[in-house]
Amino acid sequence: MVITALFQISYHISGGHKNTMVTAEDVRKIAKLADVGIDDSELSEFTTQCSGILEYFAVLDTLDQNKPFIRDRYNVLREDEVLPSLTQEESLRNAGQTEKGYFKAPRVM
Amino acid sequence: MKKLAFHPDDSVRAFITTIPEVTYGDGPLSGVTVAVKDNISTKGIETTCASKILKGYIPPYDAHVVTLLRNSGAALVGKTNMDEFGMGTTTENSAFGPTLNPLDHERVPGGSSGGSAAAVAAGLVDCAIGSDTGGSIRCPAAFCGIVGLKPTYGRVSRYGLIAYANSLEQIGPMARDVTTLSKLYSVIAGHDPRDATSVDRPYSHIPSADIKGLKIGVPDEFFGEGVNPKVAGVVRKALEILESYGAQTVPCTIPSMKYALSAYYVTCTSEASSNLARFDGVRYGPAVETLKSWHDAYSDQRKAGFGKEVRRRIILGTFSLAAGYYGRYYQKAQTARQMVRDDLERIFRDVDVIAGPTMPDIAFRLGEKSDPLQMYLSDILTVPANLAGVPAISVPCGNVEHMPVGLQLIGRYFDDERIIDTAYAFEQGGA
Repeated sequence: MVITALFQISYHISGGHKNTMVTAEDVRKIAKLADVGIDDSELSEFTTQCSGILEYFAVLDTLDQNKPFIRDRYNVLREDEVLPSLTQEESLRNAGQTEKGYFKAPRVM
Repeated sequence: MKKLAFHPDDSVRAFITTIPEVTYGDGPLSGVTVAVKDNISTKGIETTCASKILKGYIPPYDAHVVTLLRNSGAALVGKTNMDEFGMGTTTENSAFGPTLNPLDHERVPGGSSGGSAAAVAAGLVDCAIGSDTGGSIRCPAAFCGIVGLKPTYGRVSRYGLIAYANSLEQIGPMARDVTTLSKLYSVIAGHDPRDATSVDRPYSHIPSADIKGLKIGVPDEFFGEGVNPKVAGVVRKALEILESYGAQTVPCTIPSMKYALSAYYVTCTSEASSNLARFDGVRYGPAVETLKSWHDAYSDQRKAGFGKEVRRRIILGTFSLAAGYYGRYYQKAQTARQMVRDDLERIFRDVDVIAGPTMPDIAFRLGEKSDPLQMYLSDILTVPANLAGVPAISVPCGNVEHMPVGLQLIGRYFDDERIIDTAYAFEQGGA
């Protein structure tokens, strides 16, 4: 819901006009949401590029939306059996920081 | 176990990691040297996806294909360069710098499996493993003048392939000739319960060059706007040659091609934005700063660790999936995806194989495609097979300006054998 509000400010397709599809502020917000970080120095480059790409994608919006993608696949289920797996030591070997057999992550609050 | 020393003259920078002392066993590929793309997990061997964010990551397990290769006696000699996480068409998007095209060092080898293709084309290895999300095996195969197969979706296990866009990607074989490719494919295909999309369709085919009566559909869209007329000309000539071996060509159209590239990029960036959320420096990769708050620490880590194209695709994917935009992008992309499948299924009611160029042009010069959208557009001929999940192969069919051109052959679901036979017929000069 929050995300919707963020973009509706600036997003609009107007038949064939080459409008900016996203603003620098939008790109900054999405980068924040996705935790990829963005510098002021990159912002205008990313905004121009993303706008151009989204403008190209706009052809999709000319499609009727009555054709769902048919997946002729089904859930593959199995019994929940215990099988050989990685040891705790193996699982932790690539971790940046560990403590008492756990992964150590940044604080959430 | 037998031993082999591997010290290649890697002037094209095909490898990220080489293994100087290789051990191998007996089996159908005993002693055959195989290079593996660096997004496929190898136990005890650094696996980076050509990204700084995985620097130093040593997988604690082998991908299923790697287990199969080891069991077949293959000599796994190294890990190859690629576009970071498979995101690119030239191998220039690598944290380790670009791989060069062995045929012209001022040109790209294609991508994203550019290191694998270059290692094969330069003769450093007998064959290689790549992965193909939107053309990443076929494009470098075409640009380097080798053979590359994207199998039918589900025929090769993706267990241990570091995911970029799960619904599109397949691991596949690359080699200088169809016979070697076919042998490698027979080792890696088959069911694996650890990949829920894996199907029980092993491959044990011996290629046959007899293609009498084969019906080949030739889509107008594969020879139209955006395709270098010289490349189109070489491929048309190749189709005439296949006709002289007893095949019949039929014109056809894929109207959904108009939407295919957008559908592909919306789908793959959406899947990537979700898949790449796991790279946070907690369980693998360079250590994250744990004294900062969660979002600040991750943003810093990911900004420093991911290249620009990866971050751009995560941003595009996050946008496409955002509430309020999902309907305009992701959902419409799935509609278009189904249209591509429908088009191909309709065409395959009348023909056995669809043929056209693999790439709209010959290998680009290094640095030539600096605009991301221009780079994306060059994938237009390869993405339909990934969207539909059907098999497709690229086989060298001639040259333009001394650079190779790939003939792309697309098959029905699970009819990989037939496109391999067609490629073999072309390579062998008929039955």
